[in-house]
Amino acid sequence: MSQNAEKVLDHFKLFREPEYKEMFARKKEEFEYAVPAEALQHTIEWTKTEDYKEKNFAREALTVNPAKACQPLGAVFAANGFEGTLPFVHGSQGCVAYYRSHFSRHFKEPTSCVSSSMTEDAAVFGGLNNMIDGLANAYSLYKPKMIAVSTTCMAEVIGDDLNAFIKTSREKGSIPNEFDVPFAHTPAFVGSHITGYDNALLGVVKYFWDGKAGMAPALERKPNKSVNFIGGFDGYVVGNNREIRRIFNEFGIKYTMLCDPSDAWDTPTDGEFRMYDGGTTLEDTANAIHAKATIVMQTISTEKTAAFIESKGQEVVRLHHPVGVAGTDHLLMELSRITGKEIPESLTKERGRLVDAIADSSAHIHGKKFALYGDPDTMLGLTAFLLELGAEPVTVLSTNGDNDWAAKVQALFDASPFGTNCKVYPKKDLWHLRSLLFTEPVDFLIGNTFGKYLDRDTNTPLIRIGFPIFDRHHKHRYPVWGYQGGLNVLVTILDKIFDTMDADTNGIGTTDYSFDIIR
Amino acid sequence: MAALRQIAFYGKGGIGKSTTSQNTLAALAEMGQKILIVGCDPKADSTRLILHAKAQDTVLSLAAEAGSVEDLELEDVMKVGYRDIRCVESGGPEPGVGCAGRGVITSINFLEENGAYDGADYVSYDVLGDVVCGGFAMPIRENKAQEIYIVMSGEMMAMYAANNISKGVLKYANSGGVRLGGLVCNERQTDKELELAEALAGMLGTKLIHFVPRDNIVQHAELRRMTVLEYAPESKQAEEYRQLAQKIHANAGNGTIPTPITMDQLEDLLMDFGIMKKEDESVIGKAAAVA
Repeated sequence: MSQNAEKVLDHFKLFREPEYKEMFARKKEEFEYAVPAEALQHTIEWTKTEDYKEKNFAREALTVNPAKACQPLGAVFAANGFEGTLPFVHGSQGCVAYYRSHFSRHFKEPTSCVSSSMTEDAAVFGGLNNMIDGLANAYSLYKPKMIAVSTTCMAEVIGDDLNAFIKTSREKGSIPNEFDVPFAHTPAFVGSHITGYDNALLGVVKYFWDGKAGMAPALERKPNKSVNFIGGFDGYVVGNNREIRRIFNEFGIKYTMLCDPSDAWDTPTDGEFRMYDGGTTLEDTANAIHAKATIVMQTISTEKTAAFIESKGQEVVRLHHPVGVAGTDHLLMELSRITGKEIPESLTKERGRLVDAIADSSAHIHGKKFALYGDPDTMLGLTAFLLELGAEPVTVLSTNGDNDWAAKVQALFDASPFGTNCKVYPKKDLWHLRSLLFTEPVDFLIGNTFGKYLDRDTNTPLIRIGFPIFDRHHKHRYPVWGYQGGLNVLVTILDKIFDTMDADTNGIGTTDYSFDIIR
Repeated sequence: MAALRQIAFYGKGGIGKSTTSQNTLAALAEMGQKILIVGCDPKADSTRLILHAKAQDTVLSLAAEAGSVEDLELEDVMKVGYRDIRCVESGGPEPGVGCAGRGVITSINFLEENGAYDGADYVSYDVLGDVVCGGFAMPIRENKAQEIYIVMSGEMMAMYAANNISKGVLKYANSGGVRLGGLVCNERQTDKELELAEALAGMLGTKLIHFVPRDNIVQHAELRRMTVLEYAPESKQAEEYRQLAQKIHANAGNGTIPTPITMDQLEDLLMDFGIMKKEDESVIGKAAAVA
């Protein structure tokens, strides 16, 4: 036996022991009916060819490894950003288990979220009773300040009407009459997690501004000098929102961060369990209608909400996940223009430091080729930053980015000499990207954790930037926005470049003439 | 411009709902109203008389071709017919598969998001048969149709359906603003039809807004895929539809919250009119030859 109590082997090592190796070999031989190794290798080689890529891109009815999640995931994200708010998903339980584990694996924090547990009878008779009981239970067990309702596919297919259901629940006494329950229909089979974020955020904002679903008079806007900030669906929300707060404070701007889950996903371990922590207060959410302007950090993730805010007479500044020098410049200059305040000296200095850092490392990043994939706004921000660094974002791919998005990425390519040989791929999945990594090879891949299989298959080192990141810890604590954030992104890219360089030059007596102490 | 009026026609399948609605809407268009028809029936025949077409390409079939609803443009799905009436059909799956109710939800959301309702005086939903699933109740959700018109006749099943639809309306009337605008009786020439329809309307807490007499000219027009208003504008039948249109136009805000009745009450009503005999156990389950 290779396993013994004195020295317990983890499965990393255990399955490499001879008896396991033998067992696996026998299983394959006798039970798996595997194709011969040669035939397998032949097919693997074929998937690397131009011929296969052509067939792969002709795919019409099948998606393989989409780089996106579903609407309610985004809705739960949005709900988590409000004070004392319990996300309530009307639909089946398994879906909600997925949202909770997905966020917990990324943020390494528990994510509170309840389900109305619809089962087969609810699918037949409608989920009204689930809503009535669910709201009553959630309200009395978890004592939230607000419950934000969204839906899974099940409730959407049978056409449950949230507005009517919630009203009926109030009449039946599930929740007090004045208790706030904003809602949004978030069919998972339409759009992606960013659509769900947008719908849910719009649901909350509309609820407070337009008269609480008929329970109060609509608010009338009395413009003040405050500025609203909406981050969009953002895996770096913990680090980013704190960095943005710092920037606003440096300016001395009065602001409201609409939807801020940065504390909910970063609760301290001090002996007290916080089911809810931080978040935009309900009062601030209502008063945000009076703001002078709203900064939307990820426009594609906030389309409907932005349009609604604009319809109230506010100016909306639409950005696309700005990263780096020019991106942050743009953000700060807009802030300065809106508020009439000068850009603080301290931030100007930070800018200089980022420029300095970029210059220091320029030799290593200039001309390097990248493939990147992720949410459409993130891709716009990272593409702009890579071009700014003199790198070539040869392949930019998004599953939930459409043709309008692609045109925006193309415009970035066209504006830079480094964009000449770059191509954008809207509505494509990670299996498309696999082909591209073989036929149009690059030096590095940028994406979320799911890129690690592409890294292994295509031997393209993965730089983990995006959502979700399950297999590296605490990345969400470090901002990618602001000059400070730009520096973090730069360092993340450089670390991988140097690690790869070291691994490529450390052959003793063969390649180690370049295994240098100084890079 | 007056506020947008959203109305819906519900009724048992085959009752002449689409025919009645299209003729009435054509008459409303004649009065200068700008109309949008949203067909919510998988068989997609709510607009054929206006468009002179067999069946309009539906939102869902076009979406299936394009890949998804998000890939569609409003111009793809909206056709303009008689007197500039704009027409959309939501469509739905083949019989036996999928979910037609979801199709209605998808289509109405698409139309709203793409501004299809801009500039219209009337939006009219034409909805199949009964209120079945949540999808078919979509047009009566809050901020959608405010007035429901039920097309029925003096037949037992049509009245049964009318009562059921009233139950659906009631469900939404308490939480939202939807009201029952009235019944439209499409004559089938059953016994005491007018009286029966009026009595049912009374019991449901609404009124018989119009009794449309039977006239073969409707069939002649239909064969030509036309409304009577267009085919024979001078005919008596066209005048009937004009009257119905006038009444609906004047009916804004007069809708009521329906008071649906039980099956027993419905049977009693039929008995009162002598259409059904008092519980005669001896006839139940006996074939005509035996009885």
